[in-house]
Amino acid sequence: MHELSVCGAIAGIVERRAAGREVRTVHVRIGQLRQIVPDTLVYCWELLCADTALAGSRLEVEGIPASIRCRACGRTAELGDLPIFACGGCASTDVELLSGEEFLITALDLAEGANT
Amino acid sequence: MGRFHRHDGTVHSHDDDHIGHSHDHEHAEVGDHSGYLTGTERVEVLERIFDENDRTAAANRADFAAHGVCAVNVMSSPGAGKTALLRHTLQRLSGALRIGVVEGDIETSLDADRLAGFGADIALINTGRGFGGECHLDAPMVRSVLAKLPLGDLDLVLIENVGNLVCPAEFDVGEHARAMVYAITEGEEKPLKYPVMFRSCDLVVVNKMDLLPHLGFDLDLFLANLRAVNPAATVIQASARTGDGVDAWCQWLRDQIQTSP
Repeated sequence: MHELSVCGAIAGIVERRAAGREVRTVHVRIGQLRQIVPDTLVYCWELLCADTALAGSRLEVEGIPASIRCRACGRTAELGDLPIFACGGCASTDVELLSGEEFLITALDLAEGANT
Repeated sequence: MGRFHRHDGTVHSHDDDHIGHSHDHEHAEVGDHSGYLTGTERVEVLERIFDENDRTAAANRADFAAHGVCAVNVMSSPGAGKTALLRHTLQRLSGALRIGVVEGDIETSLDADRLAGFGADIALINTGRGFGGECHLDAPMVRSVLAKLPLGDLDLVLIENVGNLVCPAEFDVGEHARAMVYAITEGEEKPLKYPVMFRSCDLVVVNKMDLLPHLGFDLDLFLANLRAVNPAATVIQASARTGDGVDAWCQWLRDQIQTSP
């Protein structure tokens, strides 16, 4: 639902980091708990970039599953589809999130060579 | 994904690393009309996508703190009763506290109008700007209206977010605490379906409790689902229609003012 504004934030960072060079692929890492639908994000990226310097660039989404660690017994587990923030081993609710909230641009693939 | 190595201070990746140092030429046709084949250079970025929002949120938070103002971000789905609760809040607290309201809506000033006349300063943000409008408030939007509020005279700023259980949870706007208004008409499973929202809140007001006799709503099941995603949240049962529980909510707001920096 907020993929378009997310794409706007990504484009701002990409334009600054690319500094005028042609961008081919933007690699983003997005955790499961970020409520982003990858297909929608890619669609919004194309929509946003049309008729700009970023037109033709591709958004590559790396999804990261959410995982938790129990502070009581140390057990780690992936959250899965149901977001139960409790330990499956000892049932403690004192758990910490190890992954799943990532929201990063990790890398840009930039054209190198003659016409940059 | 390709292999990474250092080269001239940047990080490269070569998708075809079996041929040593040769670059990936598969995109040679993309945007290159020079007749040269061009390779692709991978540049590591590792930049947080919400960095700009979060920096502005920090600036908002600092401005609130500098003026001794506590800011509370109030979120809910559409129709859960945020504005009705805030009307009660202004009625009860306006004599004792100076309150500002940041009112976020995609279109119209209807909610801002409902909150007028209680002595609070109200700043409206309409988030509509093409594509159906933004579904949340972000930190720059809130920053854009801070100048309309006399922060130096205020004790409390209530930020009424856009009605939505998904997007507002993602955007720090510079608040000191997050409250959520949940209506029992929404069903017991909502914390499991929208865990990010329910997890992000310090307080959940369980609203429309006056309807409990008329609904097949299982309060214990809802509370168990809420605990599953957010064991630490404070819960206040309320009815913004009858006014039940509103005193407890107002006391929670006073407590936030006491504990905010």
